[in-house]
Amino acid sequence: MAYLEVKDLSKFFGTFQAIKDIEIEINEGEFVCFLGPSGCGKTTLLRCIAGLETQSSGSIIQKEKDISIEPPSNRDFGIVFQSYALFPNLSVFSNISYGLINNKWKKEDINKRVNELLELVNLQEHTSKYPSQLSGGEQQRVALARALATSPGLLLLDEPLSALDAKVRVFLRKQIRDLQRKLGVTTIMVTHDQEEAQTMADRIFVMKDGEIIQSGTPKEIYNKANSPFIASFIGSMNFIPASIDASKKVKCNDVEINCDIGSFSENDNVQLAIRPEEIQFQQENQDDNVVSGVIKEIEFLGSFQRVYFKTKNFSDELIIVDVPSSNAKKIKMDIDNEMSLYFSKEDARIYSI
Amino acid sequence: MNLFKFADIRRGKDSSDRVGQFMLGSYIILFLLFLVLPLGALISKSLENKDGEFIGLANYSLYLQEPALFQSLYNSLFVAIISTIIVVVLAFLFAYAITRTCMPFKGFFKLVALIPLLSPSILAAIALVYWFGNQGVLKEILLGKSIYGPIGIIMASVYWTFPHALIILTTSLSLSDSRLYEAAEVLKTSKLRAFFTITIPGARYGIISTAFVIFTQVFTDFGVPKVIGGNYNVLATDIYKEVVGMQNFQMGAVISMVLLVPAMIAFFIDRYSRKKQISLLTSRSVVFKPKKHFKVDMIMLAFCSVLALIIILMIGMAQYGAIVKFWPYNLNLTLKNYNFEVAGLGWDSFYNSVRLAFYAAIFGTIIIFVGSYLIEKLRINEGTRNVVQFFALMPMAVPGLVLGLAYIFFFNAKDNPLNFIYATMIILVVNTIVHFYTVSHLTAVTALKQMDKEFESVSLSLKIPIYKMFWRVTLPVCLPPIFDVSIYLFVNAMTTVSGVIFLYSYDTTLASVSAIHLDEQGEVAKAAAMAMLIVYVSVAVRLTHTIITKKVLRKTQAWRYNILDTK
Repeated sequence: MAYLEVKDLSKFFGTFQAIKDIEIEINEGEFVCFLGPSGCGKTTLLRCIAGLETQSSGSIIQKEKDISIEPPSNRDFGIVFQSYALFPNLSVFSNISYGLINNKWKKEDINKRVNELLELVNLQEHTSKYPSQLSGGEQQRVALARALATSPGLLLLDEPLSALDAKVRVFLRKQIRDLQRKLGVTTIMVTHDQEEAQTMADRIFVMKDGEIIQSGTPKEIYNKANSPFIASFIGSMNFIPASIDASKKVKCNDVEINCDIGSFSENDNVQLAIRPEEIQFQQENQDDNVVSGVIKEIEFLGSFQRVYFKTKNFSDELIIVDVPSSNAKKIKMDIDNEMSLYFSKEDARIYSI
Repeated sequence: MNLFKFADIRRGKDSSDRVGQFMLGSYIILFLLFLVLPLGALISKSLENKDGEFIGLANYSLYLQEPALFQSLYNSLFVAIISTIIVVVLAFLFAYAITRTCMPFKGFFKLVALIPLLSPSILAAIALVYWFGNQGVLKEILLGKSIYGPIGIIMASVYWTFPHALIILTTSLSLSDSRLYEAAEVLKTSKLRAFFTITIPGARYGIISTAFVIFTQVFTDFGVPKVIGGNYNVLATDIYKEVVGMQNFQMGAVISMVLLVPAMIAFFIDRYSRKKQISLLTSRSVVFKPKKHFKVDMIMLAFCSVLALIIILMIGMAQYGAIVKFWPYNLNLTLKNYNFEVAGLGWDSFYNSVRLAFYAAIFGTIIIFVGSYLIEKLRINEGTRNVVQFFALMPMAVPGLVLGLAYIFFFNAKDNPLNFIYATMIILVVNTIVHFYTVSHLTAVTALKQMDKEFESVSLSLKIPIYKMFWRVTLPVCLPPIFDVSIYLFVNAMTTVSGVIFLYSYDTTLASVSAIHLDEQGEVAKAAAMAMLIVYVSVAVRLTHTIITKKVLRKTQAWRYNILDTK
């Protein structure tokens, strides 16, 4: 039996349907992400689970107990918001102990628990500071400690890292992930950052227009994106208009592509999708596809370089190839160089238009 | 299956929800009792004859046939429009000098400009009598025209409404993005063109808003035309005459409705333009920092000095008049004018005013702040929220005189179970709180909006009832605006005339009202003394407030700046 079940959940704001017939099961100790662009309903779904929004229909079951109509104060969760929502007039200690005091804890137990949490989030020396005296990352850790203080069964994270600098974000990503593993608390995080979702989650639910359009492990989502939307939302993707000819072969303009056509049939108009990092300059297998292209532009992006190729008879758009910088040193890449681009049969995917 | 597909399912309630709902319900009942039903009583009174029978719009057609009454409407509009034009121009230039130039002594000018806020509006009228009255020092300046009439009303109105206009325009002008000016400079735009293409459009809504606020204030003011209007009748004095002089309540109600309608229209235009003003600003705007410009700075310095001098001369003359033995024949100084016993009055009215101000400040602040919190932060049904929000904004559209009259009709009715509050301190306190509700409410709402909207969610997730969080976090964080609200209520309770002129009784005379009656009896010096007493208290309270606020701020500085960062 799953720890948290969401059944047929819908939410209307006026006549606008923010989330549509959502079905989710989350196992105990799992870390899941609701991933999607802004306005896709992911935060609304999280707030319904917390009871901060009331759904229009459907039910939510936590630990085999139907909590669909319970007010938030009767549900078992801790929550962290993007804005931290730390109480500005209370010290770090008072913020973290905020929920403990009401639950009739003894004074020494509170001290012990707060110190434990401070250690957990590495903020021992900041006990008596006010939130405004801390950096954004530190504030977010205090918020995390406050949410965990009462040992909730479910931790909800609403875009917890979006307001932070890139460096801090990467650091906190790992810290939250480690903490979650250590405590084993079932966690749901809402994010629009695919990299965040991929590095942190056990399972990702990709949402669009109020619906879950795909769920699976980060790898599954990346490698087997079930729609061009997800393929381009998670990582980057070259899309090339193509059609399927009478002999059930994929054709991009005049170039015939060797790949699996799945359930498409002849004369379908489709699009061919290839990830920039899956295009090579050397042939690896006999049946690799090959196109030739001329370099039009090179972008230096640190660990890799993004190279734009103009192709003949293949695609009207420039083809993007990501080359690891370590490789790029060995290959001579200059504007107007002509090179052969290879990609395997497996890496070429077909989507409907 | 949920039949009402768009509606949310009913969620269970916890103690926070129940307390919130109960309180919200109480607010709706209070608003009905002390605002909506009295206004209803006023409307129904205007549709009755003297025997209380319904006669439709007969009173209104009677009103239209009465040329003298109709003339008052014209007079009211005339003084209100002229005063508004003068105030907007003066206050705009003053605000411009303060926000956009490097004029020296800005702090001093800001302080002086706010002086009129501390006195009842009649103080200006009394000072004008000393300056330009029949025995005035500068009577000749008027070239034979009398100060008693439109000239006096306009001058006094400009004086007492000036700071109100200045506050709105200063805010509006200080909310400007300096990058617009930088862009203009880079594009080689002349200063004058920048002024007309950036400054004026940017402050447009502030100017519109100011114009309507000032118009309403002058249009509905009672004290000034009463003291210095002479034979120049306006709507406000007409209502008073009909009700107090002729006991013609029905006609009083009709004129009240005539007063109410333009005030309502002005109110809605003001609300609309304020909303626009907010949308002009983005959080990324860079605050404008004025550059030195010798010529402009000096012109502005001269201009502000003249205005400041006039303000000081006005209040100074009121004070001088209050301590002169027998104007203008014996200019020896004396304190005998502060002895109100001779006028059969004593200091009771002054003490009553102070009591009223304290009660209004304490109870008003609590009620208004809690009310704005309920509307702003609780998860309540949208319909209920809108109803309470509307009630909270409504008082601003209702002139004090109209509200006071409505209270008479409603609470003086024999069969009203609340009849017992009539002619007591309670009705004065309630009336004052309701009359000044909206501005206080909006101040509180602005403060609450700056607080993270997820505090309540966090509290609920930690199983802390909302009211506990309110006490431990919201209240301490909002202390400065709470002080502001209480001081606003206090000073207005001290200075208001129009709201309470119908409601005081023998036991609850008030200082501002007494000043009017003293003036009526020809005791101008005593009227000045009484009005100055109000000023002393207002100043003392303001000073105390400044000191307390500074202390609170120092104590809490550690987190003060954080509120501004959190969205």
